[in-house]
Amino acid sequence: MSGNLDRLTEKQYSTMAASKEGKSKLWKDCLMAFLIGGLICLIAQGIKDFLLSGFFAENVYAFDEEGAAAITTLIMVFLGAFLTAINVYDNIGRIAGAGSIVPITGFANSIVSPAMEFRSEGHILGVGAQMFIVAGPVLVYGTSAAVLVGLIYFLLH
Amino acid sequence: MAQKIGRQTYRIEKPVYVKNAASVVGPREKAGPLGKYFEEWEDEDFGEDTWEKGESRFVGAALTSLLTKENVSSDAIDCVLSGDLENQCTASSCGLKNSNIPYFGVFGACSTMGESLALGSLLVDGGGFHNVICMTSSNFCAAEKQFRFPMELGGQKPPTAQCTVTGAGAILLTDTVCKTRVTHVTPGIIENYQIKDANNMGAAMAPACASTVKAHFTDTGRTAADYDLIVTGDLGILGSTLFREIMDIHGYPVSNHKDCGELIFDPHTQDTFSGGSGCGCSAVVLASYILREMNQGRWNRVLFVATGALMSPVSVKQGDPILGIAHGVVLENG
Amino acid sequence: MDGLVKYLLVFLVGGTLCAIAQILLDKTKLTSARILVIYVVSGVFLSAVGLYSKLVAIGGCGATIPLLGFGHSLCQGVFKAVDEMGFRGIFTGGLGAVATGIVMAVVFGLIASFVSKPKSKVK
Repeated sequence: MSGNLDRLTEKQYSTMAASKEGKSKLWKDCLMAFLIGGLICLIAQGIKDFLLSGFFAENVYAFDEEGAAAITTLIMVFLGAFLTAINVYDNIGRIAGAGSIVPITGFANSIVSPAMEFRSEGHILGVGAQMFIVAGPVLVYGTSAAVLVGLIYFLLH
Repeated sequence: MAQKIGRQTYRIEKPVYVKNAASVVGPREKAGPLGKYFEEWEDEDFGEDTWEKGESRFVGAALTSLLTKENVSSDAIDCVLSGDLENQCTASSCGLKNSNIPYFGVFGACSTMGESLALGSLLVDGGGFHNVICMTSSNFCAAEKQFRFPMELGGQKPPTAQCTVTGAGAILLTDTVCKTRVTHVTPGIIENYQIKDANNMGAAMAPACASTVKAHFTDTGRTAADYDLIVTGDLGILGSTLFREIMDIHGYPVSNHKDCGELIFDPHTQDTFSGGSGCGCSAVVLASYILREMNQGRWNRVLFVATGALMSPVSVKQGDPILGIAHGVVLENG
Repeated sequence: MDGLVKYLLVFLVGGTLCAIAQILLDKTKLTSARILVIYVVSGVFLSAVGLYSKLVAIGGCGATIPLLGFGHSLCQGVFKAVDEMGFRGIFTGGLGAVATGIVMAVVFGLIASFVSKPKSKVK
């Protein structure tokens, strides 16, 4: 053992440090994630049902199921992005945790927040290059997984 | 010339005095438990359009404040030792670019205040330098951006996380007689206890802190009882508990211990988890609270140990352990 | 009454998917970025074996709005495109299906970078 602390081994210290770690308030965190995450989904369902309701039926904007789903996503992404731009979404995140990270609004937040933060490093290498520092992995692994299952589906049919 | 005693400690022979100190902090620090000790405060961006420029302004403001307090021009200062957390220490260099003072950039992560104070004391003790300024800075927003996530990204931090202090602290060392003097410095060795969680800096730094304090006690033959106060850098609440426990194990219990990271924020009302961190943390607490209370005679002999976690975003992503370092400086009245 | 049950299920399914992610966040050392990747990839595979469509039938937006639903869209988009255009569909279907959300976020991000500044919320 190098260093000055001859009576403290690495193993001993790792147990000691782990025992001192304060516990996250798991129940409270989960409850908030559940409530706020559920609420965001509920809002989306409300929007979708409104789009599908008779309200638009009489004009050119009548929605089918697929169209309504796409516009709902659009509106939810807009809401997440808008709340980020007016400096509110991170406050929700502090309380909701995964409840605001997992819904599509969190995806919007993860793209808009670095865009705002890296504005200070210019539009090309700042905003342009850094916009996907958080959302990039989701797109890389999501699309790759989709290509994989697509390939299997293609070969089976 | 400083005398080496033991393995790591140097006794300052030619008196080195703390002439004056200044600090400028951010809004969270001003609102914290030590708020009344901080005379000057500014928003994190200091009115600039980037966090980084803002941090540089904190550095410049702390220097200006110190020079104004002492009513001296920059010509009277032989050199300034400064460091921060930004890539390649740009907050210090940009902040001091118009100072016209010879500049040494130093980096010891959050231990930088201890490092600059130790080096500054040795320079003055060496005889060639008469007035040396030791300073550091950090900025919550710039640190979040560099080490963690964009400010507006929603999410939570674990309870072990620490909150970077916004602010800069500067201390003027001199060889003309003043109340408080530097008597010993104990530079620390790097301690590696294989901590890899970047959200648990306290655990990474606690062994290094204990290592330096233990070396200091062994070298000088002193114990905690010889000090009115042992003040550590920014171990935070969790790290402080670990530090005291490690000291107990090695037979040097410390009961008269305070930690800058614990002192600066109220974790219950300020949402700061395990406490403050960053180069600026120990700098502003030392430059305002500790030195002022020493000046008023509350404490007469203080062991100041600034602690740092040596890492970079790259080293963490590559799975390297977070190394600890701590530098000790003894401040004494009379 | 039927409507009420439907909305209750949306809330329950959406909330539960978020709560599971919260347990992973608190109980493991997984970062949120890793959990999101796990979610989207799981969504793709659950959708491919036909399980996720069943959850969507129960939970509606409670299943499509969480990131698992993003994976579900990617997968269903690829399947549909393969049905329509064969091999080429493997590459066009996925992103095509989720393009609305991504393009909206990118364009809004760009606009936000011009008009809005990040702020520090200090207590």
